[in-house]
Amino acid sequence: MSSLQLSNIIASYNGKQVLGPISLDFRSGECVALVGASGAGKSTLLNLLYERTKSRAAYIPQDLGLVQTLSVFHNTYMGQLASHSVWYNLTTLLRPRKKDINEIAPLLKRVGIEKKIWSAVGELSGGQKQRTAVARVLHQHAEVLLADEPVSALDGPKADTVMRELITTYPTSIIALHDVQLALKFAHRIIGIGDGKIVLDAPSQDLCLNDLKDLY
Amino acid sequence: MTPPYAIFASSTRRATGLFVVIALLCLIISDIAVTTLNPWHEMGRLMWGIVTPDFLHLEQLSTALLRTLAFGFTGVAIGSVSGFMLALIFHLRFVRVFCAFIRSIHELFWALIFLQFFGLHPLTGVLAICIPFAGVFAKVYSEILEEADQTPHKLLPQGSGLISSFVFARIPDAWPHLVAYTSYRLECGLRSSAVLGFVGLPTIGFQLESAFSQGNYSEVGALLLLFYLLIATLKFWVRPKLIGIYVLAAPWFLGSGLPIIWGNVARFFTEDIIPAPLRDAGLSGAESFNQLLLWLQDIFIHEALPGIWNTLVLTQIALVATGIVTLITFPLISRHFGNPTKRFFGQIVLVVVRSTPEYILAYMLLTLWGPSMLPAIVALALHNGGVIAYLIGRQSNELKLRMDAPTGLNRYSFELLPRLYGPFLAFLFYRWEIIMRETAILGILGIHTLGFYVDNAIQDIRFDRAMILILITALLNILIDSISRKIRDRLRLKSASTCEA
Repeated sequence: MSSLQLSNIIASYNGKQVLGPISLDFRSGECVALVGASGAGKSTLLNLLYERTKSRAAYIPQDLGLVQTLSVFHNTYMGQLASHSVWYNLTTLLRPRKKDINEIAPLLKRVGIEKKIWSAVGELSGGQKQRTAVARVLHQHAEVLLADEPVSALDGPKADTVMRELITTYPTSIIALHDVQLALKFAHRIIGIGDGKIVLDAPSQDLCLNDLKDLY
Repeated sequence: MTPPYAIFASSTRRATGLFVVIALLCLIISDIAVTTLNPWHEMGRLMWGIVTPDFLHLEQLSTALLRTLAFGFTGVAIGSVSGFMLALIFHLRFVRVFCAFIRSIHELFWALIFLQFFGLHPLTGVLAICIPFAGVFAKVYSEILEEADQTPHKLLPQGSGLISSFVFARIPDAWPHLVAYTSYRLECGLRSSAVLGFVGLPTIGFQLESAFSQGNYSEVGALLLLFYLLIATLKFWVRPKLIGIYVLAAPWFLGSGLPIIWGNVARFFTEDIIPAPLRDAGLSGAESFNQLLLWLQDIFIHEALPGIWNTLVLTQIALVATGIVTLITFPLISRHFGNPTKRFFGQIVLVVVRSTPEYILAYMLLTLWGPSMLPAIVALALHNGGVIAYLIGRQSNELKLRMDAPTGLNRYSFELLPRLYGPFLAFLFYRWEIIMRETAILGILGIHTLGFYVDNAIQDIRFDRAMILILITALLNILIDSISRKIRDRLRLKSASTCEA
C-alpha cells in the first residue's frame, strides 16, 4: 500500500483543541505503537486516521463497537459483510452456512473463544468481548489495522497471543497500547503522545522501558 | 437568617406550583356538579353487578371479545409495519410533520370520519387504529434506532450495502426495545379497539354500552372482568412465536360488517367535506371567499373557541388530578412499603384502573353522576394516574435505601419522593398531550369539549364543519405536545420514550 501521511492535523472537542497540530508519516509494513497517558489524544488520533483510511482499514475502537444481541459468530462475520450479497447476508443472520462456520471457527480458536461461538456478545466478559472484536478484524482482511487498546482486558500470556495474531495478519498496523512492555515487544516504531502533541517518535529497538516512563 | 421557602427552591417545584395554581383556577370556573338524584345508589348497583358477573350470554360476550382482539391485532400490526417504514425516513421534515399530524387525531375521530364513507365496514375500525398508531410508532421507533449504539455501523467494511448494514449493525441491539414498545402498544391497541364499539363497531364497547344503558350491570361486570383478564394475561399468551399466527389470523375474525357503498366515498370527498360556501356554484370568486370567511368565523366563535376553552380547562384539572392520584397510589406496588400481600392487591388495583379505557370509565361515571366535568376528571385521573403510578412504582423498586432508612411517611417524603419526582414529572408532562387528546374526545359523551362540537356537526350531517373542528383539535394537540417538550427540556427531565406509557 501507499504510505499514509498526515500533515498539520488538528482535532477539537467542544471548541477546545485537543490534538495537534500533528504531522506524521506511516510506512507500509510497519507496526506502530501509540503510547501515552490516558487523555493524551491517542483515541482521537486513531479516530482521525480511521476517517481518512476507511476504505482500506479495519478498526477496533476502545468501546469495540460490537452488536450486543448478536452472537460471536455473527459479530465476526460482519467483518466480511461487504463481500457477500444482501440475500446471502440476510439468510446468514437466520441460519449460518457451514462454509462460513468452517472459516470463522478456526479464527475464534486462534484467539481462544471458540467455545463461545454461539453466545450473544452481551453475555460475555470484557476480555471475551475484546477477543470477539479482534476476531472481526482478523476476518476482515483489510490492508491496515487500527486498534485502540485491543488487549487491555487480557492477562499476560493471552495478551501476547492475541497481539501476535493481530500483527501476523496485519503487518501494517497502528495500535494504541498502555502496556509499554507490549509496545516494545511487538512494535517496530513507537510514537509517544502527550497533551495532544508528539513527544517521542523512535524505532522501538532504540528505546528501553525507562525512556517511556516519562510519558505517564 | 431566614431559610428560603422550599416551594420556590427549584425550577421543578416552581413549575409544579404554577400548574397547581392554574388547575385550581380552572376548578373554580368549571362545572363539577353531581346532577343525578341518587348517584350512590346506582354506584352501589354497578359495584354489585361487577361482583356478580353474568356470563349467561357467553356466546355474545366471546364474539365481542374476539372482535376486540381481531381489530386490535390487525390495527396494531399494520400500524407497526407502516410506522417502521416511516421511521426509516423520519429524518425528512415532512414525514415528521405528517406523523405528528396523524397521531394528534384520536382513534375515535378517525373512526367517525371513516364511518361517514366506509360505513360499518371492518376497514373503518382497522384504519381508525392503524393510522394514529403508525404516527406514534414512527416517532418512537426512530428514537429507539437513534439511541442504539452507532459504532458497529461505522466499523463495517466499506461497501457493505444499505440493507445488510442495517439488519446486522442497527436492528439487533434495538430489537428488544422495539419489541417491548410494540407489545406495550398492543395493550393500548386492544383498549382502543374496545372503545371503538361505542361508535358502532362490533367490539366489547358496543356490548358494554347496550348492557349499561339497560342497567344490566351484571353483564357489564362480566364484560369488564373478561377484558381485564385478557389484558392481565397478555404476557402469557402473546408469545414471540405465536405473534405471527395471531396477526395472520386476526383479519379473518373482523366480521363482515356492512358493505362499502362507493358512491358515499366519492360524495364524501367531492361534496361533504367541501366547506358549504364553496359548494354553492352560483357565487363569484370574491363572494364565495367572503362567505367562506364568515362561515369560518361562525365556526370559530360559536364552536371552536368554547370547545378549546373547555378542553383546556378540563385538561389542566385532569393533569394535576392525575399527578395527585399517581403520588397517592404508587406506594401500592412499591416494595418500600407494606408486605407482599399488599403489593399483590396493589397490582390488581393498578391493572384494573390502567386497563379500563378512560372513555369507558367516563361513560359509566357520566351515566351515574350526570353530565358535568366531574366524571371526566375522575376518569382521566384514575386511568392516567394508574398508568404513571405503575411506572413510578416499578422505578421505586429499583432504588436501594440504606438499611437504617426511616419508615412510613418519612420514608415517602424524604427518601422516595425526592428521588422519584423528576421521573414523575417527566411521565406526567409526557401524558399531558395524551390527556388533552382524550379530553377532546370525551366531548362525544356530552361534556362541552371539542369532541362535543365535532359530534354535533356529524349528527347534523355537516361534515365540512366537523373536519374543520377535528383539524383545530389536532393543531391544539400538536401545540400542547411542543409546549410539553419545551418544559421537559427546560426542567431537564429525561423523557424515556422507550418505557413511556
